[in-house]
Amino acid sequence: MDPTGSTQREKPLTIGVLALQGAFEVHAAMLRSLGAEPVLIRRPEQLVQPDGTPKVDGLILPGGESSTFLRHLERDGFFDLLDTFVRQTPTFGTCAGAILLATHVTNPSQRSFAALDITVERNAYGRQLDSTILREPTTLSADPLEMVFIRAPRITRTGPGVQTLASRDGDPVLVREGHLLAATFHPELSTDSRVHQLFLDLIEEKLEISAK
Amino acid sequence: MADPTTNGTPAPSSLRLKTGLAEMLKGGVIMDVMDVDQAVIAEGAGAVAVMALERVPAMIRAEGGVARMSHPGMIRAIQAAVSIPVMAKVRIGHFVEAQVLEHLKVDFIDESEVLTPADELHHIDKHKFTTPFVCGAKDLGEALRRIAEGAAMIRTKGEPGTGDVIHAVKHMRQITSEIRALTVLDDTELYAAAKNLRAPYEIVKMVAKSGQLPVPNFSAGGIATPADAALMMQLGAQTVFVGSGIFMKEGNIKLQVNSYVPGDVFRPTDMLHDKPVLPELIGQDVHEKHFGKLRNPIERAEAESRARAIVRAATHFDNPAVIAEASDECVGAMKGLAVGNIQEADMMQHRGW
Repeated sequence: MDPTGSTQREKPLTIGVLALQGAFEVHAAMLRSLGAEPVLIRRPEQLVQPDGTPKVDGLILPGGESSTFLRHLERDGFFDLLDTFVRQTPTFGTCAGAILLATHVTNPSQRSFAALDITVERNAYGRQLDSTILREPTTLSADPLEMVFIRAPRITRTGPGVQTLASRDGDPVLVREGHLLAATFHPELSTDSRVHQLFLDLIEEKLEISAK
Repeated sequence: MADPTTNGTPAPSSLRLKTGLAEMLKGGVIMDVMDVDQAVIAEGAGAVAVMALERVPAMIRAEGGVARMSHPGMIRAIQAAVSIPVMAKVRIGHFVEAQVLEHLKVDFIDESEVLTPADELHHIDKHKFTTPFVCGAKDLGEALRRIAEGAAMIRTKGEPGTGDVIHAVKHMRQITSEIRALTVLDDTELYAAAKNLRAPYEIVKMVAKSGQLPVPNFSAGGIATPADAALMMQLGAQTVFVGSGIFMKEGNIKLQVNSYVPGDVFRPTDMLHDKPVLPELIGQDVHEKHFGKLRNPIERAEAESRARAIVRAATHFDNPAVIAEASDECVGAMKGLAVGNIQEADMMQHRGW
């Protein structure tokens, strides 16, 4: 594990973790282990200033039940606020979070931010009995990546601007488009922190570009 | 999540998948549902999972008889109707009911004291199953014995079917205070602690070092209002189960959330054109033009409001403004049964050991 850019910072990166429901605690623990500062986000005002400026350097949309997330987001203009936020600020969606970022959702179709040009099929690999842990090659440095799939969705289409970083049986499972990252598996449930490090590096990259 | 049986070394993949699903269910509400209509309402309100059972604890308590695993057809129908995880209960020790539920691909199996126990001595050996199990516990020793048997989630028992939160509170406080007490013991004292807890030393040591259970800890048994849900979350529950609190009204009668279907007859509690059904129609066949119409839109709205409000309160458990708003939007609450008035022998929490 190579903590690249982040070690040079005087102040740790502040990363929001949407904590309406789901695996937010394990994401927060992983971020802490990499030297970033997680902030649990449950209300719109915890994410942005009254003028709309983000209070965090990046955001993680964790796994959980995407239908539950949507019920919570329907209130207090939270959906629209996040819809704008994810277009401007680095955001990493895992499992249910990836579903929220996708342009299209199937099985059943549901509302999403449509910020990342992918189509996602919910619960595509079956029920909990079909959940599995795989080790697959990736474009990240070094060894194959351990991937924990739990009632996982499947990315059935990627747009031309979307980069595939890892696959399972030919289907993309880790993708990036600009400042957005999405995984259909759960890197927060693995001891391998490379995917979270990739997200932190992506934020550093964006901060450096905007500083120039 | 480390494996409680090997103390610190990476857990085998099966246990990580089991506790992994429990992680996904955190910060939410798992609702007991008795049919497809209720399951759809639960999902629509934001439940993270549904527990499919034929009678909620309040009905089992009132009606008596032997309570068993749900009918497979009912479980399949609910699985087909909702996209969230579907759980179901088996009797304590009834490993064949568990084999059936695993075959049906239920997402989580609850080895539950709400049903009539099937074995006086043995709980199910849960390591033998790929499907994760949740088990009830009143104290730390009971929780750790269930974890040793392979449970991937613990829920504090409370007293099911009462709408009285007092024992949910008691059991959660009991477990958290026993965990705190373990963390200050030295290595020698931990052996005696394991003996007193009647739990394996390795798991006791693990809890003492980490200050928490090695699997997620949820709460159940008597949670009926948004404030109850928030109370249990503030006391350390990571998710709440709500059983009888959403779909029941006074007299242990189900709120009517369903539609008319072919072959139905009008019942005294039905609503027609938003008015109580006329006395002369009671007992008569429902006409074709009523198929698909809600039997009782008012009661359905009541159930929906309760389900939505409890979901909000579980997420914003530390925000009194939101809990106040949720309580305000919540219509009615089950009348309930004070635990203090239940005979010791009638308590479900004493099932299991």
